[in-house]
Amino acid sequence: MTIANQPSDFERGDRLQPTGWMRYLSFSLDHKVIGIQYLICGFIFYLIGGTLASAIRIELTSPISDFMARDVYNQVLTLHGTIMIFLWIVPVVNGAFGNYLIPFYVGARDMAFPRLNAVAFWLIPPAGLMLISSYFITGAAESGWTAYPPLSINTPAAGQIIWILSVLLLGGSSIFGGINFIATILKLRRPGLKLMQLPMYCWAMLGTSILVVLSTPVLAGTLILLSFDIVAHTGFFNPVLGGNVVVYQHLFWFYSHPAVYIMVLPAFGLVSEILPVHSRKPLFGYTTMVYSIMAIVILGFVVWAHHMFTSGTPPWMRLFFTIATSFIAVPTGIKFFNWVATLWGGRISLNAAVLFSCGFIVNFVLGGITGVALAQVPFDVHVHDTYFVVAHFHYIVYGGSVFVIFSSIYHWYPKFTGRMLNEQLGRIHFFLTFIGFNLCFAPQHWLGLNGMPRRVAEYDPQFALINQISSVGALLMALSTIPFIWNTIQSAFNGQIAGDNPWEALTPEWLTSSPPPVENWRGQAPLVTAPYGYGARKKEEEDAESTDTNNQGN
Amino acid sequence: MQEIPCTARLISKYLSALTIPTGCKGLFSITLKGQWSFVVPTSSAIFNLLIALFVLIGGLWIGQNVNLLPLDASVNATVYDQLFKVLFSIGTVLFLGIVVLVVLSLIKFRRKPGQTGDGLPIEGNLTLEIFWTAVPAIVILFVGLYSYDIYDRMGGMATLPNNGHEHLSMSKEERIWGGIGSSEVSSAANKGLTAIPINVTAMQFAFLFHYPEGEIISGELHVPVGQPVNMRMESKDVIHAFWVPEFRLKQDVIPGQPTILSFTPTKTGRFPIICAELCGPYHGGMRSTVVVEEPENYQSWFQKNAKTPISET
Ligand code: HEM
Ligand SMILES: [Cu+2]
Ligand SMILES: [Cu+2]
Repeated sequence: MTIANQPSDFERGDRLQPTGWMRYLSFSLDHKVIGIQYLICGFIFYLIGGTLASAIRIELTSPISDFMARDVYNQVLTLHGTIMIFLWIVPVVNGAFGNYLIPFYVGARDMAFPRLNAVAFWLIPPAGLMLISSYFITGAAESGWTAYPPLSINTPAAGQIIWILSVLLLGGSSIFGGINFIATILKLRRPGLKLMQLPMYCWAMLGTSILVVLSTPVLAGTLILLSFDIVAHTGFFNPVLGGNVVVYQHLFWFYSHPAVYIMVLPAFGLVSEILPVHSRKPLFGYTTMVYSIMAIVILGFVVWAHHMFTSGTPPWMRLFFTIATSFIAVPTGIKFFNWVATLWGGRISLNAAVLFSCGFIVNFVLGGITGVALAQVPFDVHVHDTYFVVAHFHYIVYGGSVFVIFSSIYHWYPKFTGRMLNEQLGRIHFFLTFIGFNLCFAPQHWLGLNGMPRRVAEYDPQFALINQISSVGALLMALSTIPFIWNTIQSAFNGQIAGDNPWEALTPEWLTSSPPPVENWRGQAPLVTAPYGYGARKKEEEDAESTDTNNQGN
Repeated sequence: MQEIPCTARLISKYLSALTIPTGCKGLFSITLKGQWSFVVPTSSAIFNLLIALFVLIGGLWIGQNVNLLPLDASVNATVYDQLFKVLFSIGTVLFLGIVVLVVLSLIKFRRKPGQTGDGLPIEGNLTLEIFWTAVPAIVILFVGLYSYDIYDRMGGMATLPNNGHEHLSMSKEERIWGGIGSSEVSSAANKGLTAIPINVTAMQFAFLFHYPEGEIISGELHVPVGQPVNMRMESKDVIHAFWVPEFRLKQDVIPGQPTILSFTPTKTGRFPIICAELCGPYHGGMRSTVVVEEPENYQSWFQKNAKTPISET
């Protein structure tokens, strides 16, 4: 491929791109601008989704439905789930960091299809606004983010249709992004750079994009059929007209289980970038890491029916999906041991980025363990659709993906802005989040096991105390965003100047100025074949150190 | 600088393999005069062994002694609780293990003021990686086999029992998939107990229980203790789910596709029946009660409500 040799067209680039802060509100084609657009846009939706979560937790402080009307409660939980998944985690772990980092990592000046890239981003704000505004127009969808028929067919149609349209737009955006990442990683690599020399995040994004491109169309097709059932009264999923509701669940989870990996594989990639830099050690087991990503991608396609163990699925099917799901824990486990081995024997700077990454490891392991338990049919028939499942997936998506997003912001902020974040505020943010998160979600395991179903506004009064504890945790999580927001805003103006490479990292995004110029490098892109080649800076300090410990010893 | 790996024995090899190559002082370290300061592998291995034992015993203790489950009131629940204990113990050990590893590495290997060097340039270790691929794989295999066994004991793999439903005009083509609990019915049949057939109808926002034998329609489920119950469930509108936490059983109730659920209650009492599938605004209020009674009390309830009195065997 000749496009790999993108010429440096610095002057032209500068002229074509809008400059100043206005470029973030423009149809900019610069992958870095688009990355930041994704990040900020996603964060705004995170605040909205978080507000909805707070409303849910306020409602649940008392066992009766008293804070909002019952149908509004269902709208709120539907919007909360949809926003957090489709407008915050998926766009940020893929779109934001993917766009910003992938071109650097492959040594390109931009993504393969810059215009498609901008289109993919600009589908998101209108889709999100449409989704949220449906609440004010006719009432939002109220059948949960899973939109199971016949409930989604029976509830007020307008909100459900708007929900379908926005998810279709967001799915489209996701597919455009996926195609772009695949093309960029496979075709825009700088000459001389081999696949097995790429930073791990590229592999994670390659795997994720394969999942996106193969599974999202299934979701799109399913939702289109569902919308036919709603507006044209067809009978695909409507049992009154002979439709089959379980078929919808199969189709939906065929996308939505891969979707959970779409939310977490990129996070795995980001952690693999962050830990080696701050522990000054190479990423442990690069090759196994690559293979385990690919194993997760393949297995991820054959586990969907673990969401349907109580849906009247036949025994052989339950058995198959139990086995497949359990085995996905093996490649996932490998990655965790490799990260711990990366830390082990390093020189770890205990900064906010590392703390959030380690918080991720701890939280995700718990989520993975409850996941394996849930994969066992006999176990799942008790806790399916209860707060136990709510706890499981929040440990994964919040304790996992969101922790990694914060970790990544602490790590790459100096590159994004040229200034450092305040470390003290970062630690306060971490401890508030970590404590609040665990206080909020750990008790929910018990709630589910003891009889509290999910998606309810009223519940057995014996659960009141534990729910109140959980709500206190949610309050801490809400408070934790304050130091974070303050930190990011004020450091952008007053933060300590970062310099090009404050962490002395080896990956290519640090080998240019902070923030980088429009086409990433003045002159040739550097050829980085050992992105994790830490460990060279050893000898001289070791001498000094051993002498002074000897002195102490004597 | 190279350290000398000393222990050859398997366990301490794996344990110390994590420590020896670090070149850092372990928590137990001995400084040799005039030499490099290095971790003495044995003491470090002992320390690691102690921690591993602590994690193992602590995890198992928690798994065996902390009870997170409500009362067990069905044959199925007792089996479930065995599975739960095993999963909870394994899970706690693994979780504590990872947490200890992360916290230890953050403490031991944090950069101290004045240190400017890198960590060791270790890019991987095939033996270790094979080790931690194999161990989870074996654990998973064990969990899978064990839960298959449990599943089988709960009756998940049983072929569909039709006993008790012959008179329900069930057409051959109708697909009803067996759920957990189905085998209890057949094993009970061997002991001469007949399963009580009950038809369950779910609708927004209530369950109705229909006893075809007495033509009773009730909003509460009454069952005698010790006798298997065979429910055939169907929904009138949207998907609901029948859940009794004390029975550890749940089955979706689906419109247009009947499902079955069987159980044998073992304790008398009143237990909640909870709808577990989002079914509309009053989903949280869609609850009922299962009343498990002594057979005499059940009989008198039955006779009082039956429209067509029948003589029980
Ligand atoms: C170790 C690997 C994992 C296993 C074995 C596992 C297993 C499961 C199972 C069996 C369920 C169904 C529970 C039920 O509804 O009864 C479930 C639900 C869920 N899992 Fe996982 N999981 C794993 C990892 C993940 C990851 C990586 C994510 C996301 C990043 C995730 C997100 C979710 C979500 C969102 C749900 C709930 C979906 C819903 O019903 O709304 N899980 N998981
Ligand atoms: Cu899944
Ligand atoms: Cu219901």
